[in-house]
Amino acid sequence: MLVEYSSELLIEVDCVSKSFGSYLAVDSVSFSVPRGQIFGLLGPNGAGKTTIVKILTTLLSPDSGRATVAGLDVVKEPRRLRSRIGLAGQYAAVDENLTGRENLDLVGRLYHLPKKLVRSRSAELLNDFDLTGAADRVAKGYSGGMRRRLDLAAALIAEPVVLFLDEPTTGLDPRSRNDLWEVLERLAAMGSTILLTTQYLEEADRLAQNLAVIDSGKVIAMGTPSELKSLVGSSVLEVALEDASRHDEAAIVLSAIALDPNKVEIVAGRIRMAIRERSGIVADVVRLLDQSGLPVAEVAVMKPTLDDAFLSLVGHGTKGGSYD
Amino acid sequence: MTEQLSKINAGDVYHVVDAGVIGQLRHAFSDAMAMTRRNLLRYLRIPDLLVFSTIQPVIFLVLFTYVFGGAVKGLHTSYIDFLIPGIVIQTVAFGSTQTGVGLAEDMGKGLIERFRSLPMARSAVMAGRTIADSARNLAVIFLMIAVGYLIGFRFHNGILPALFSIVLAVLFGFALSWISAFTGLAAKNVEGAQVASFIWIFPLTFASAAFVPVNTMPGWLQGFVKVNPITNAVDALRALSLGGPTARYVLYTLLWTVGLIAVFAPLAVGRYKTKT
Ligand SMILES: Nc1ncnc2c1ncn2[C@@H]1O[C@H](COP(=O)(O)OP(=O)(O)OP(=O)(O)O)[C@@H](O)[C@H]1O
Ligand SMILES: [Mg+2]
Repeated sequence: MLVEYSSELLIEVDCVSKSFGSYLAVDSVSFSVPRGQIFGLLGPNGAGKTTIVKILTTLLSPDSGRATVAGLDVVKEPRRLRSRIGLAGQYAAVDENLTGRENLDLVGRLYHLPKKLVRSRSAELLNDFDLTGAADRVAKGYSGGMRRRLDLAAALIAEPVVLFLDEPTTGLDPRSRNDLWEVLERLAAMGSTILLTTQYLEEADRLAQNLAVIDSGKVIAMGTPSELKSLVGSSVLEVALEDASRHDEAAIVLSAIALDPNKVEIVAGRIRMAIRERSGIVADVVRLLDQSGLPVAEVAVMKPTLDDAFLSLVGHGTKGGSYD
Repeated sequence: MTEQLSKINAGDVYHVVDAGVIGQLRHAFSDAMAMTRRNLLRYLRIPDLLVFSTIQPVIFLVLFTYVFGGAVKGLHTSYIDFLIPGIVIQTVAFGSTQTGVGLAEDMGKGLIERFRSLPMARSAVMAGRTIADSARNLAVIFLMIAVGYLIGFRFHNGILPALFSIVLAVLFGFALSWISAFTGLAAKNVEGAQVASFIWIFPLTFASAAFVPVNTMPGWLQGFVKVNPITNAVDALRALSLGGPTARYVLYTLLWTVGLIAVFAPLAVGRYKTKT
């Protein structure tokens, strides 16, 4: 069963482009997301993330290319498609004059769910998102984090086949962000298919199994977070001996494990070299040097971060300032 | 998170398949009702709005009666009997601006985007607004007639024409709401929507037979006033409450009502569909 499902593509985007006037906001983007995966669209302001989400949720139609969600074409079958998706847009869409519960009831009814089901789903979701206490209060008095949670609950009310989340944690304090991550991780663990956009590398790294990095409307890299990290390369090993005068000797010993034996440098009183990261590497380094009678004072392995990957991919000139 | 989340992706359990035209119409109706309910709740949740939309027309009524009442000559009836139909139409006309304002507000808060991503009928967002605003109009009209009775107003033509005049006023307001829905969706923000409505409703309402007899106005204005649909609606209401020939006025008002809806409802829905 699971194997069968996991090969099913719930989102397929094929060469989709979209312009606003003469500005090409989405430029021949292609990617696909199999059932049960969290897919991240990562990119700076104005990259085109929201535009892609809007195309996939039928809010905008593409100028060219083809896209399907849950097997339905975004242009040809928008109405059926809408009944299978949930969307939490970039800005929480909550009716401030309704209570939390009324908000969920309204959205549930507009999905044409049976009344009884709407009521029980609302109650469950309010509970899941820690809103039971505030359920019958008007949403005007909700904090930013509560609004986000309510918005997400609304997106989930019809148990969508595919969930779209556009920057779900933007504007949240670190604690609320963490809470929301936990919610998303639980959804993921239960096999939800989610498309998530984010500007936060940490978020993409933690949540997404696959990522597309978008810049100026183009996909500039795609892969798992660790694949993207490996694009920028290897980990860096730094070693300092108790006796700094013997660093030259140590460098020769360590060249045996260096990625490039000719590039072992001594920088700022430390030996520095690129290595292939693996578990137990620190112990091996210490043992190797000990065997040569070179007592170690300090060893550090620095892994590349997704930040490094992102910055090196997107480069210097990221376009700022989009207000959509 | 409890086990219900595990049901996500388990299958399309809850996804109702549209059952042909009848099913779609049923959905369009139930969606419009859900949206109407939501919009009416707004009046309960914002007391200021409720007070503003009910007290203001009553203040107009009382002020006009006592300020203009003495000055207007040559009427066959008391000024209050003349005024009530005019002020009822003025109220539904001014009230229709709220339709556009409400839609612009929803747009600003990203709610329209959420609605557009739902499998609901394309007409329901606007229908919910125009119906809710008509319900509010109905309540305000009753309030004004009640206050009117306290200061001397009477229906002179029997109960059925009286009730019909109320229905006609609400229908006419419903038609104006669709214009407001269209301009409200075209506006960039709430203030824009407000201006976009008042800019045509204000002159249309005052350059009409609503408050003073047409024959007191300069000749060039009379031409406009006579073709003004507001004048027509006011005349229809007057005929229904005071007596006299009604058919022509009522017919014209109904034609205007149907015509405005036929033009502006599709325009508004079209704009909603393509809103980015
Ligand atoms: N309706 C529109 N009309 C004109 N230009 C638009 C419109 N929507 C988006 N754009 C432009 O298209 C580009 C991509 O916008 P988009 O909102 O998709 O970016 P984003 O990646 O979501 O950015 P952010 O991180 O700021 O949300 C931007 O340059 C934006 O100014
Ligand atoms: Mg965006």
